[in-house]
Amino acid sequence: MSYHRPLDLASAVDLLSQPGGVIIAGGTDVYPAKQQGRQPAYYLDVTAISGLREIAHSNEGTRIGAAVTWSDLLRADLPAAFDCLKASAREVGSVQIQNAATLAGNLCNASPAADGVPPLLALEAQVELRSAARGTRTLPLADFLKGVRQTDRAADEMLTAIIIPPTPSGAVSAFEKLGSRRYLVISITMSAAVLAVDGDGAIIHARLAVGACSPVARRLLALEKDVLGKTLADINITPEHLADLSPIDDVRGSAAYRLDVVAAQCERAMRRALSDE
Amino acid sequence: MNEQVPILSTRFTLDGKTVEVFPAPGARLSEVLREDLGARDVKIGCNAGDCGACTVLVDSAPVCACLTPAQQVADRQVETLGGLYISDPTTQALATRFQDMGAAQCGICTPGMMVSAVALLRETPRPSVEQVQDALGGVLCRCTGYRKIIDALIGTAPDAQDVDGDVGTALRHVDGPQKVSGAQLFGDDVAPPGTLEIFVIRAPHPRAAFEFGDVTGFVASTPGFEAVLSAADIPGRNLFGVIPQFVDQPVFAETETRFRGEAIAALIATPEALAGFCVEDFPVTWRVLPPAQDITAAQQPEAAQLHAGRARNVMCGGFVACGAADDALETADVVVEGHFQSGFVEHAYIEPEAGFAQVVEGKIEVHACTQAPVMDLEALEDILAMDRSKIRVIPTAVGGGFGAKLDISVQPYLALAALKTGKPVRLNYTRTESMQSSTKRHPSDIRLKVGATKEGHLSGFNFYGEFDTGAYASWGPTVANRVPVHASGPYKITDYRAESKGIHTNNPPAGAFRGFGVPQSAIAQESLFDVLADKLGMDRLEFRILNALENDVPTVCGQVFAQGVGIKQCLTGLRPAWADERAATASFNAANATLKRGVGLAAGWYGCGNTSLPNPSTIKSGVLADGTLVLHQGAMDIGQGANTVISQIFATAFGVPVAAITRIGADTDVTPDAGKTSASRQTYVSGNAARLSGEALRAMILEKMNVAQDATLTLGQGVIHARDAAGAHQLDLSNLVADSDGFVLRAEETYDPPTKPLDANGQGAPYAQFGYAAHLVVVEVDTALGTVKPIKFVAAHDVGRAINPMLVEGQVHGGIAQGLGMALMEEYIPGRTENLHDYLIPTIGDVPPIETIIIEEPDAHGPYGAKGLGEHVLIPTAPALLNAIADATGVRITQVPATPARVRAAIKAKQA
Repeated sequence: MSYHRPLDLASAVDLLSQPGGVIIAGGTDVYPAKQQGRQPAYYLDVTAISGLREIAHSNEGTRIGAAVTWSDLLRADLPAAFDCLKASAREVGSVQIQNAATLAGNLCNASPAADGVPPLLALEAQVELRSAARGTRTLPLADFLKGVRQTDRAADEMLTAIIIPPTPSGAVSAFEKLGSRRYLVISITMSAAVLAVDGDGAIIHARLAVGACSPVARRLLALEKDVLGKTLADINITPEHLADLSPIDDVRGSAAYRLDVVAAQCERAMRRALSDE
Repeated sequence: MNEQVPILSTRFTLDGKTVEVFPAPGARLSEVLREDLGARDVKIGCNAGDCGACTVLVDSAPVCACLTPAQQVADRQVETLGGLYISDPTTQALATRFQDMGAAQCGICTPGMMVSAVALLRETPRPSVEQVQDALGGVLCRCTGYRKIIDALIGTAPDAQDVDGDVGTALRHVDGPQKVSGAQLFGDDVAPPGTLEIFVIRAPHPRAAFEFGDVTGFVASTPGFEAVLSAADIPGRNLFGVIPQFVDQPVFAETETRFRGEAIAALIATPEALAGFCVEDFPVTWRVLPPAQDITAAQQPEAAQLHAGRARNVMCGGFVACGAADDALETADVVVEGHFQSGFVEHAYIEPEAGFAQVVEGKIEVHACTQAPVMDLEALEDILAMDRSKIRVIPTAVGGGFGAKLDISVQPYLALAALKTGKPVRLNYTRTESMQSSTKRHPSDIRLKVGATKEGHLSGFNFYGEFDTGAYASWGPTVANRVPVHASGPYKITDYRAESKGIHTNNPPAGAFRGFGVPQSAIAQESLFDVLADKLGMDRLEFRILNALENDVPTVCGQVFAQGVGIKQCLTGLRPAWADERAATASFNAANATLKRGVGLAAGWYGCGNTSLPNPSTIKSGVLADGTLVLHQGAMDIGQGANTVISQIFATAFGVPVAAITRIGADTDVTPDAGKTSASRQTYVSGNAARLSGEALRAMILEKMNVAQDATLTLGQGVIHARDAAGAHQLDLSNLVADSDGFVLRAEETYDPPTKPLDANGQGAPYAQFGYAAHLVVVEVDTALGTVKPIKFVAAHDVGRAINPMLVEGQVHGGIAQGLGMALMEEYIPGRTENLHDYLIPTIGDVPPIETIIIEEPDAHGPYGAKGLGEHVLIPTAPALLNAIADATGVRITQVPATPARVRAAIKAKQA
């Protein structure tokens, strides 16, 4: 067992060629998941890798490095389309967690209730993976997340960046989270909306995603299509719009309850996105 | 490449000093700080980022040290409360503010809370309430209800005054400086680093039979393992319990376990060896047996019998009856009935059970967090089959108790392990272990029928409640006894019948939790009183005032108090708020379709001390030859402030400022038994013993000096000065003979509340005094989501005499926060909510402003008129919230917690 904290990416992915390692950044998922007596072959700490804690903008969009924390994101100057992501950042655990936890870790942990996933899905995020053996690949977040605690990341791969393609001009967004208490709470349901409207208030771009209502958070494609050309007042969310969701019963709420409230929540996310607040 | 070389040493700056450590790969920063660097001010409450107690600053940013790899802080600045308190002016100012507001009660969350607050204050010196909540949302506190912490940060005028500490004044907690500096030592803070540790092997099933494999061989062949303990290692009786007729819980199960988390064995090993120990490697074979997991299943004929002699798993019951309940219901003009349920509630103190033991000159010494050191000693006497003179229990500071630290937990394992190995040993429960194995609030299933005449007078009350007492009795019999006595609430009811039963199941033992079953029965009674008032067309508050108990009116137990019944004053104290908030709510609701506000009321009462049983406290005080005034204060301070309150009472009785007292705490070798911290008895019972001790010591001195009764006493070096109308007098202490404790003057006094036994119908005098309470709450319900947001509480409490008004408010706030948790979010489900992210307690964003109205209707038995308070508070909270939800939405929730899902389901059902 050993602990490594390389300064460059090449060393990190080299090390990952060896089996049995655990990648650690903020530690906020690694430690709670730790089982008594079990130790990985090694820890790969990615927080000292050069360039990994940067948010960069280019024609291809916004690149969020794998060591960027939620607090880093909150401090960054980002367009209004990212408001949903910033709002979710404020809901991740607590300040203590936001100061340590990374967006990349939130994705790799692949919890159905991961706060970062609905906003990133609504922003059509891609993830970049790198291995020593096969180099770099990029795939949509929706394909990266395979199921509860399952991702497409191979054991020798590391998630190196989250890439958000350019959003339509004037796009706005919002995030809604429902929990049983104010802070430090796992979501019962959450919804993110990224919208753009024309001069008359008609929706011309809509990306809507819901978390904690299916093994992996999902976009509501039927609803996205249906709202196009409509103003807020004309939108009526029906069960068909939510047909892709498959919530479960757990201690936080029943499946029926989740389906019942998520429509109202989606509507609120859209309303908030388009409000001036 | 050299980056491939693993990290072996880590150098960083800790509180301004460069340190170098050699942690195991991936060691948590919290462990390294506490064990390698001595920073025991960093507290561990959950090891999962759920409680924030371990918060430290890394390069000025607050993080959970339990989630931070030690290697990651290389070359960075780490700051903890201990260091900040010494050198940082912001922290020092905050420490004063915390003490001025009573913002630290037990103190276990204080380091995390203050460190997080310092990070905020450095960036935002004058934060808003919302900024404080956002900054401190990650630190859980179970004692204070958070509002005093918010007040400390936003600059509210101090509650505490610069006073001598006479009864009635808001003295700061006498142990406040230790709490706000991180110096206070809790259960896991006293063992030297590197001490052998204990790992308890626990049942993974609700009910199972088990057989050990080659345990001895396993221990012998595993490096670092010293010994194993199981039932066979117990020299005395392998049983413990808190009520003599119900001692039924084994230290180690022998062949069958009765609940998930029950202990079967304990390994003793070095910390390094235990770090690599996988539970699955322990040689034991489990055979799962069908469990009885609820009270209905447990009473079926085919259900397994948990204990011999308790047919159908009925542990025991309680009964109170007066008049003719059924006849009165028959003739009542209006009758309402309901069925109410509640689940297990976890105490969720931020300090898991922990302790340390060693053998010192043939005597076993146990240091642990406890609410009842002498009961711990008595339990160990039986388990160890040792004379009590060979056992010493030295309580550490207690990081919250609320009832569950009345029962023993780590103590027998520690004592047995220290005796078996001859070496010091240490045990700190994990959060999950604490939640699995500690006692809980009893789940309840209550049916109640209440009637009234059309004039609004109560006419008939019939209560039947079953309580899930879990696998072992613990304090279950107390709950069964207390509930029928209290289920009436503080009202005049002439025709009353109340029956309770405790039922065993294969669930964790349910025991003592702030209120002993009364919060559950109050939900039924106070909910139905609203329904009754509505049905009568009466104002809900005036209905309660009309029926409120008064002096010279018998209780349902036939007990008549000629004085001290303060419920009417509590209720009338709510009249202005009731009118104002009802009006404000009506206009809010007229303007909002989805958000609906409501106002709820509830009252409560609670008898202080044991129910019809002896309940003495003894307080010893004395003067040493050098003039030191010593108070042996054995009433465990678990955050509520017994150290402060008992000191204030003693100081007032003796006639000196509190600062003149040298306090010696609980220690079974040196301090007399002040009883358990339970039943809201310490202010009343130990307070009386302190008063008697102070008065006796003073009288002795006055007599020796032949001075007037009103003489002013001061203590000097080897001398006592007195001043009276005749002038100044002096007593030279060097001429007096010191006793074995070094006292030249001493006064040890005992107080035992006067009670009388209850007869077969529960008639008698169960308590010498009751305290009274009434709460009002405004809530806002999001009817689309089912979420309930409390907006404001007004809490009126009759405390007889507020010995310390700041501490009274502290109890009110903390009790309300716990009642709010029980009402809205808390439910312990074995196997599912065994941590603090699935089991939710209120955060700093969940507790609204609380206005406390202190009523002082003096009690003839209480010291200076004081009554107990701790448990009274959360009795009205949950029903007040449920009544407010009903007021807001028209739907009545009869099962707590009223989670968003339950509230929304009820709203939908009504709409349908």
